Amino acid sequence: MKQLIKGSEALIRSLIHEGVRTVFGYPGGAIMPVYDSLYDYRDQLQHVLVRHEQGATHAAQGYARASGKTGVCIVTSGPGATNALTGIGDAMLDSTPLVVITGQVGTSLLGSDAFQEIDLVSITQPITKWSYQIRRGEDIPWAVARAFYIARNGRPGPVVLDFAKNAQLDKIDYAPYTLSYIRSYQPVPDTDNSAIEQAATLINAAKRPFALVGQGVELGNAHTELRAFLEKAQIPAGCTLLGLSALPCGHPLKKGMLGMHGNLAPNMKTNECDVLIAIGMRFDDRVTGDLNTYARQAKVIHFDIDPSEIDKNVKTTVAVLGDCKETLPRVTEKLTEIRDCRAEWIHSFDELNQTEYERVIKPELHPDKESAALTMGEVVKAVSDATNGEAILVTDVGQNQMMAARYFDFHNARSIVTSGGLGTMGFGLPAAIGASFGAPDRTVCLFCGDGGFQMTMQELGTIMETGCVVKIILLNNKFLGMVRQWQEMFFHERYSFTPMVNPDFIRIGAAYNIPSKKIRQRTELPEAVSEMLHTAGSYLLVVDVVEKGMVYPMTPAGETVTNVLLGY
Amino acid sequence: MEKKLYTLIVHSENIAGILNQVTTIFTRRQLNIESLNVSASSIKGIHKYTITTCTDEETIIKVTKQIEKRIDVVKANYFTDEQIIFREIALYKIPTAELLASNRIESIISQHNARILEVNETYTVLQKSGTSEETAALYYDLAEIKISQFVRSGRVAITKSHSEKLS
Repeated sequence: MKQLIKGSEALIRSLIHEGVRTVFGYPGGAIMPVYDSLYDYRDQLQHVLVRHEQGATHAAQGYARASGKTGVCIVTSGPGATNALTGIGDAMLDSTPLVVITGQVGTSLLGSDAFQEIDLVSITQPITKWSYQIRRGEDIPWAVARAFYIARNGRPGPVVLDFAKNAQLDKIDYAPYTLSYIRSYQPVPDTDNSAIEQAATLINAAKRPFALVGQGVELGNAHTELRAFLEKAQIPAGCTLLGLSALPCGHPLKKGMLGMHGNLAPNMKTNECDVLIAIGMRFDDRVTGDLNTYARQAKVIHFDIDPSEIDKNVKTTVAVLGDCKETLPRVTEKLTEIRDCRAEWIHSFDELNQTEYERVIKPELHPDKESAALTMGEVVKAVSDATNGEAILVTDVGQNQMMAARYFDFHNARSIVTSGGLGTMGFGLPAAIGASFGAPDRTVCLFCGDGGFQMTMQELGTIMETGCVVKIILLNNKFLGMVRQWQEMFFHERYSFTPMVNPDFIRIGAAYNIPSKKIRQRTELPEAVSEMLHTAGSYLLVVDVVEKGMVYPMTPAGETVTNVLLGY
Repeated sequence: MEKKLYTLIVHSENIAGILNQVTTIFTRRQLNIESLNVSASSIKGIHKYTITTCTDEETIIKVTKQIEKRIDVVKANYFTDEQIIFREIALYKIPTAELLASNRIESIISQHNARILEVNETYTVLQKSGTSEETAALYYDLAEIKISQFVRSGRVAITKSHSEKLS
């Protein structure tokens, strides 16, 4: 039955109709009617008050990545909206489903430089999947339905709904609206039967196939299908940063992480394989290095849901368009089952990874000198071991991120939340908060550096207020570590503005009523990690780590993927 | 790769801001739009954009895909000059006194197949439709008399294929 309600209430009811139960937000002038309506729906819609709008978007991202649902945030116009831009851009590059609702001045004031007016639709068009201004109350159910349909279908991404204040106040004849089709948008492209045939033929004829596994597998919920595909044809695989938990650690065919700080074997083997099979990944330059020397010897099969990714960076031999949950089994069906004839090829990865273990991993995890400062790697490993690979790893950006990605184990899907494409420092803390709401039954471990932590540490207030549980491990090297590493390697050790003068993080934690502890000795590590994990609620563990630590292996930016530096 | 002029035909929903979405894709790749024409198409609620740009084929393929990726874009296709029939229209304003003083005007008009749109005692307006080479050729001939104003439209084009690919 239809009934006359305010636009702001129609928005809330539309969100509930879309299945939204948690939103992250921050009120302000132009969004006040929505917040007023929200007040009546507190029992149905949980609102998490963040401390900065950037935090709202990252929290919504963390929520989406951990839960598989669409993250939602609500912010006001003008500065509220511009503060949200970083998270919107981050979600665009990392294909995270997000609906960002921003207040906007009334339509009569649009274009007049009114108070807190910003042309958000124009600003966000290049960094969203869709950006739309709701100018009339009657458009709300349609616009919200369309926003969620677009955000979550096909290759996911952020959608902005810029909500004019008069539309929030309009009285409308509300009826729930459901949308299942958009004339101009085909979320999943048609799969060409011949592409399935050709892919299977190429793989069956391959001597040295190699798969690149990306976040598309997680987004498509195709974990089982991926394993069946890899196992039937015995194809070793490397994972992208965002695809790390698409295949569990310890799987005999998982050969490590791809890219600049990835594992030695998968990077080296990229230029030795005869068929390269990319699944839901986009050949980012941090994965490929120099494209002119990247996998030139290989025939390339690219599984993707987004046609614009095909041939964007790497020329494909066969493009398998579609949802990999559908396309992978169709190819698998046509594969010849392999028992052991690829054993030598598969084993060749392990030899390289053994080299990496000796040269890089062992010194990082088991430093020779007992007295030497703790390394980032051993801290990550200690937390990973103590959580049995069951935790959700959230990272900030930089050395902490690469070390966490390298040394944390994943046994479950959707276990890594990190800012890949945009590389947003400050992402970690709010994203971890969001992840804790998205997966309340799982342990959320955040690794961050002293630089990134200070970019969004006001969100400790959100933890204090909501009581959400995040185990924060702050790897404090008193430097902007990754930039410092580049300065050491490429800028003659000129440490231009990378040393940090830091506050007393323990007192900051204490100010927010978060149990906090600082350690610097190796002997303190196991107990401190145990205490952190066994303390009810959030915890801040500050670890003073080696100040001039380096992340190796490293393929310098723009160089050949096999030009891997293993250390000094 | 060899650069040449490509014509991009885009069909989109008639929603505010699509032009911006299309042009930013050119901007990101530092591509100049040579000409642009936007109008309602023969399908209700669908707008048609005809855009020309000079680039190589690899780039135009990527640009076309990225435009088509926009939610409100129904279809984007690129064409070379051989695959389409295309025209632009040009208007030329000439002071009437100079026109009358010239003894070449009649031959210029008939030679270029131009039309007279308006004549009054101050100025005369001619119209010519054709390729950009043809409208330019008329420009150079008229310039010898005197041109006080000149404008050219963007290219409009129709494909030589049987039907327009819209899905």
